Amino acid sequence: MESTSRNFNANVRAALANDALQSALGKIESGFVANRANAAPRLPEFDALRDQARDIKDHILDNLDFYLEAFEARVLESGGQVHWASSAADARAAILDICRSVDARTVTKGKSMIAEEIGLNDFLEENGIEPVETDLGEYIIQLRKEPPSHIIAPAIHLVKEQIEEAFRGAHEGMFDSGRSLEEPRALLEEARAVLRQRFLDADVGITGANFLIAATGSTVIVTNEGNGDLTQTLPKIHIVIASLEKVVPTLEDTSTLLRVLARSATGQEFTSYTTFSNGPRRNGDPDGPEQFHVVLLDNGRSEMLGGPVRDVLRCIRCGACMNHCPVYGAVGGHSYGWVYPGPIGAVLTPTLLGLDEGRHLPNASTFCGRCESVCPVRIPLLSLMRHHREQAFEDKLSPAAERTGLGVWAFFARHPALYRFATGLAMRALAWAGRKQGRFSTLPFAGGWTAHRDLPAPQGDTFQRQWSARGGRRR
Amino acid sequence: MVGARRAAAMSAARDAIFGRVRTSLGRTVINTEDRAVLEARLTGRKRGPIPARTALDTHPLIDLFVDMAAAADSTIERVADGGAVPAALSDFLARYNLGSDIRMAPDPWLDTIPWAGRPTLTITRGASDGSDDVGVTAAFAAIAETGTLMLLSGPDSPTTLNFLPDNHIVVLRASQVMAAYEDGWDALRDSGAMPRTVNFITGPSRTGDIEQKILLGAHGPRRLHIILIEDAR
Ligand code: SF4
Repeated sequence: MESTSRNFNANVRAALANDALQSALGKIESGFVANRANAAPRLPEFDALRDQARDIKDHILDNLDFYLEAFEARVLESGGQVHWASSAADARAAILDICRSVDARTVTKGKSMIAEEIGLNDFLEENGIEPVETDLGEYIIQLRKEPPSHIIAPAIHLVKEQIEEAFRGAHEGMFDSGRSLEEPRALLEEARAVLRQRFLDADVGITGANFLIAATGSTVIVTNEGNGDLTQTLPKIHIVIASLEKVVPTLEDTSTLLRVLARSATGQEFTSYTTFSNGPRRNGDPDGPEQFHVVLLDNGRSEMLGGPVRDVLRCIRCGACMNHCPVYGAVGGHSYGWVYPGPIGAVLTPTLLGLDEGRHLPNASTFCGRCESVCPVRIPLLSLMRHHREQAFEDKLSPAAERTGLGVWAFFARHPALYRFATGLAMRALAWAGRKQGRFSTLPFAGGWTAHRDLPAPQGDTFQRQWSARGGRRR
Repeated sequence: MVGARRAAAMSAARDAIFGRVRTSLGRTVINTEDRAVLEARLTGRKRGPIPARTALDTHPLIDLFVDMAAAADSTIERVADGGAVPAALSDFLARYNLGSDIRMAPDPWLDTIPWAGRPTLTITRGASDGSDDVGVTAAFAAIAETGTLMLLSGPDSPTTLNFLPDNHIVVLRASQVMAAYEDGWDALRDSGAMPRTVNFITGPSRTGDIEQKILLGAHGPRRLHIILIEDAR
């Protein structure tokens, strides 16, 4: 997927002015956030499970070579094939080869962020193969020709009227044009009818994987719709695409991770369908794919493993950090400009695409810490964002005004007496200048701030002086 | 199949990836001692924290399964014995006006149910091609913790029956109810190898993709109905 992360500021302006988006985003607190808040106390072991989940993930990262080898061996034993891909281009080529080996014309797809990361849909189309997204949210945004705005709810930025519009356009001639599509139920029924036939017709099914189990060679998908299961059961070939860090040692470890995943993501006790796949159709099996392929993507992970943002490889892509992020809630996922939005994106995008592209994202945070407090694998998202900020400053990527401003502030911070004197002077000057109106509608160097609100004129004294005048204590 | 050129490129990519992973981990090989520890962990079945809610005796555990399954929007009918299953199935069909055609898994255990006593039912056996309204299957186990059914693919158990028919009916024995997922894994490993597919199914298909409103019946079954035979002592 093409990134627009460097245009973050422009993206945000557009997002804030988009009424439909704002209305859609307004539902996150009463939806995902409230559901998780209700789910957590129903499981007293939730925090212990989160600790365990973090430890499992750290253990995997410490021994990634061992677990990848073990996983590969088990997949081969069960009759599957493993394809190693260093880059997005390698992964695309491997998938195209497999599709071409059966002259595939249509490919159904379960939701996969890795497929987004490698830009799979555009690539398949360029090569004459039609990809059909089958997750309802993914299907909707595919019709609208836009990327997902959330890692588990790709169409969360849309209101139902926009979905109706997309369906009326794409399904023209398939249904009575006078039909009512006002109710979400009617939209769902229409998508179900259209996609049912696509499932049955597809030559190849591609899914992602939430986990790859080293002990058994299983790939695991978690869905509520059942679309992933139809995608992987009906066609001749099942291709799984996953990144290296998805490997997990055992079924027991996977069970622990599953317990925290559903609750963190949607607040469900468990997702409707959790499916463990082990190779192709066996002798005597009445259904299932004839070929089973796993494409393992590196795309920068092996290097992240030895670097300062290694902890982010613990991520299980639950989406809780973005659900709980006030910035995400205000600007939506598309503003972040690439595959991974929200706090996880603010750490991943600069790492995978470079700071030059992604340096705005770690700045798009109030550092309130809500993301960290809900992350099921306890990723220190704040310090990882801070790491990127520091790196951008060191690399001189931030703009001159910001650098000078920070330099000036650093000077005064190191000279408290001067700081008190200068701020005292500034407050008195501002108070004098603003004495008539009591506020400023413009100020030099602060145009960005005063463009949207007025600055009240100060009352003539600094906080520090008022504080010591009150005895330096809260009353 | 993939060509020789691609196969060579793939194995070069494999080497390069392992090279980079090991550089990042600061090792070139895994020493014998570490490897032994890791191998033992892979086969060790060591469990994480198991939710205390499942620490129950047989009957309360079955009740927990029933409650959790209902909370996940499954419907459940508890019957005294296998003889009562055909009538329970007929009731379900009548309730939703579903006709009498049934596609049933070719599971020999399902043959022990006296279907012949209900001549109105038209039963065919095998996988689904998408034209069936009602699929009937057995299950390998049921997990009380979250009201989850555990189904294994195999000659007797087509995966398509779990997903294509609008109505999925599972005939379960109460003695199959286990506490946690880990108990299901133990039972599976003790009974043989991993099948091609293990399905954990918790309620019918659903989506929240339109304005976060939960709707049942997305791509998979609209209804998941469990007929539970009370055979547990
Ligand atoms: S960073 Fe944590 S909260 Fe965010 S998606 Fe990953 S696991 Fe979930």
